Amino acid sequence: MALIEFTKRGIYCKQGDFYVDPWWPVDYAVTTHGHSDHVRFGNKYYLCHTLTKPIIKRRISEDLNVETLEYGESITRNGVNISFFPAGHIIGSAQVRLEYKGEICVISGDYKIEDDGITTPFEPVKCHSFVSESTFGLPIYKWQKQEIVFNGIRNWVNDNINQQKTSVLIAYSLGKAQRLIKNLAGDTPIYVHNSIANLNEVIIEAGVKLPETIRITPETTKDELQKGIVIVPPAMRDSRWIKNLSHPVTGICSGWMQVRAHRRWQSADAGFALSDHADWPGLMEAIKATSAEKVYVTHGFTAAFSRFLNDEGIEAAEVLTKFGQEDDEENKVDLAEQNESK
Amino acid sequence: MKRFAKLIQQLELSNKTNDKIAALVDYFNHADDKDKVWVIALFTGKKPKRPIKSALLKYWAIDITETPEWLFAESYANVGDLSETIALLLPPAENTSDFQLHTWIEELHDLEGKDDETKKDFILSAWNKLETQERFIFNKLISGNFRIGVSNKMLVNALAKQSSLDSAQIMHSIMGKWNPYEITFHELINGIHVNTDNSWPYPFCLAYALEQEPEKLGDISEWQAEWKWDGIRGQIVKRNGELFIWSRGEELVTEQFPELHFMIDVLPDGVVLDGEILAVQDKQVLSFSTLQQRLNRKTINKKQLEDAPIGFFVYDILEYEAKDFREEPLSVRRKILEQLIGGLDESPVIISPVINCNTWEELAELRQTSRSINSEGIMLKKLSSHYHSGRKRGDWWKWKINPYTVDAVMIYAQKGSGRRANFFTDYTFAVRDGENLVTIAKAYSGLTDKEIKEVNSFVTRNAIEKFGPVRTVKPELVFEIAFEGIAESKRHKAGLALRFPRILRWRKDKKADEINTLEDLRQLLQSTL
Repeated sequence: MALIEFTKRGIYCKQGDFYVDPWWPVDYAVTTHGHSDHVRFGNKYYLCHTLTKPIIKRRISEDLNVETLEYGESITRNGVNISFFPAGHIIGSAQVRLEYKGEICVISGDYKIEDDGITTPFEPVKCHSFVSESTFGLPIYKWQKQEIVFNGIRNWVNDNINQQKTSVLIAYSLGKAQRLIKNLAGDTPIYVHNSIANLNEVIIEAGVKLPETIRITPETTKDELQKGIVIVPPAMRDSRWIKNLSHPVTGICSGWMQVRAHRRWQSADAGFALSDHADWPGLMEAIKATSAEKVYVTHGFTAAFSRFLNDEGIEAAEVLTKFGQEDDEENKVDLAEQNESK
Repeated sequence: MKRFAKLIQQLELSNKTNDKIAALVDYFNHADDKDKVWVIALFTGKKPKRPIKSALLKYWAIDITETPEWLFAESYANVGDLSETIALLLPPAENTSDFQLHTWIEELHDLEGKDDETKKDFILSAWNKLETQERFIFNKLISGNFRIGVSNKMLVNALAKQSSLDSAQIMHSIMGKWNPYEITFHELINGIHVNTDNSWPYPFCLAYALEQEPEKLGDISEWQAEWKWDGIRGQIVKRNGELFIWSRGEELVTEQFPELHFMIDVLPDGVVLDGEILAVQDKQVLSFSTLQQRLNRKTINKKQLEDAPIGFFVYDILEYEAKDFREEPLSVRRKILEQLIGGLDESPVIISPVINCNTWEELAELRQTSRSINSEGIMLKKLSSHYHSGRKRGDWWKWKINPYTVDAVMIYAQKGSGRRANFFTDYTFAVRDGENLVTIAKAYSGLTDKEIKEVNSFVTRNAIEKFGPVRTVKPELVFEIAFEGIAESKRHKAGLALRFPRILRWRKDKKADEINTLEDLRQLLQSTL
């Protein structure tokens, strides 16, 4: 009997009687990471990585009942062994490994292979069945090394400063923002929007080292911002606040920026292909490393990706989920994000 | 090539003319002179001959990346551009290249006549030393067009800014005949290959819209009334044996309209005519949508010449016997014009007829018939008027007929720019097509600030979906949309496109089920053809 099934509430482990990243309220929700399409309000109990706990308490509610695990630690629930391994997606993101009577299943949540300098890097886990995302599951999506992308961003910022323009980077407040801060920190001061500053506090309090940033307040002058790097969440993108800055230019950091049509579709001045999801070679590498006999492909280019896997001799099936619907890289409304920015 | 790749990227990322011009100026300030010539050639449609078919590029890319054909197709569907799909699919380049744009073009030129194996070797080795963006450009050089929203005029403005030469002179120079393999940048923009003095056009005299009763203009006998034609305003210049046709957009369009080239034999030297380029058959003006088939084409085929024959309705004469006649009164200029080309009976160059009326009432009645002859109303010009540069109140008026209207429902909204940046001010409208709604127009203006606020609050409360900056809203608000014309369009889902759509008023009295249907618009389209 399979270890997981896909129900309308989410990924369900019958033997253990719990869900992984359910989208409807359940008794026990194993949580891969803190993005709002993977963790929702209303579950009785949450199990997540230690670093995810303060994040979801901050973003959802202080009253959540949360148990935590470190990477490599495990607990047993109704005979099913649950353990966490790094997914490399954002701070605290975990692959969930389930083991029952010798059968192993790994639910990866969202993941990326490249070490981003702030997230514990992805670790492949051997398993019989593997649940994978495919947000960028087409061979046109191949990321450059992040040093190259960050050099591009730094050059862009320097050009802007020289031309008296204000550099505004649009980045999801959980994950992308911290990655930018970590990698862009240097001589140019980084100014962050409230929602990002709030999350940074939580993350620093949890023990993660983050370079210093400056919270934007009504007292922050346009002149200061013009000489720095401004990071704001996507909900601020079309805001009057940005338009009122001194010659603002916006840059979007997302894997979608790889393709010209997507770049033009966004009303931004620059696009940087920087993603927290695995690219095509990354997805292939991860899947091969698991030695899984069966792969379930959740959100993204599910049809193309699973067809390719089947052609390659890896049994794969598409499954319909509600993941990816509120991720910044899906360019859809994120209510949590919008509420935070207000 | 890197510099050119960067230029393309900059041009693609901005919608603002000033940014694009700044990027072009920066490029022309720094790039290699030979490259600059090629950039001008590429942007004005002087494409080098294709040495390789795009289908071959695709197969070679599929071959070396071992991508199944269906997966290539999936990728192409996501990217929407063959050159770019290939550029993204290829593995990272192992080498680099400092070849400049013109070197690549010359190398590609040398492939002409070589066998496929040689071509393949060259292409694969090129792909292996170019970065993704450079590869994209390289593939475009072989297989495509650079559609990046740079008009000839924008290019000329940038060149003028960079070189401090006059823009009309540069326009003439780059629109002339020249060979990018041979000419130098200096020769090109200085117009060594052309005599730019011959082509100078005059600034057009423009009219204001008549917003009062025509009776207030005084006695009708002091006025010349003509039909207002809906085409492309243009000037025909004949000097020293050369003929030039300029459009109102200050672009040289001589090559686009071979039907008018016979004027080189008809007109004496030193003549400049002002008029309207129109689609004309048997001396009758055809619809603007017919004319559109002939606009902005780099080449014209026989079918286009047959389906949309071009004519020129002459309004005025600005230069005669090489003398500037613009200070002469209209009545005098008109007489000269009639003497000069009144005799051209069988030609598509026709003097725009004067409407003879004794009273304003009579004229007002005739005005109602404008649409039947594909005119959009009446022009009123004072007989004593000079030919002004630009717009001057009082002497020339356009008295347009009322626009067409359609009731449509708003389905998308997008935030505006400038003062209205924080409000949803740009709306997309749909009409009913059976059970469905089909988009027919996008309009930006026509509401008061108070109404905009009201619509804005509706959009915020009723947004169903968000795509980038666009909101899909509940189809509930009905607006009356005014427009000037209607044309068939393969690019639009509705199969037709409205010309100059704008919001006439908000029909709060109407519900979404009372709007017009696509069939209504199709019937209107049929009636104008």
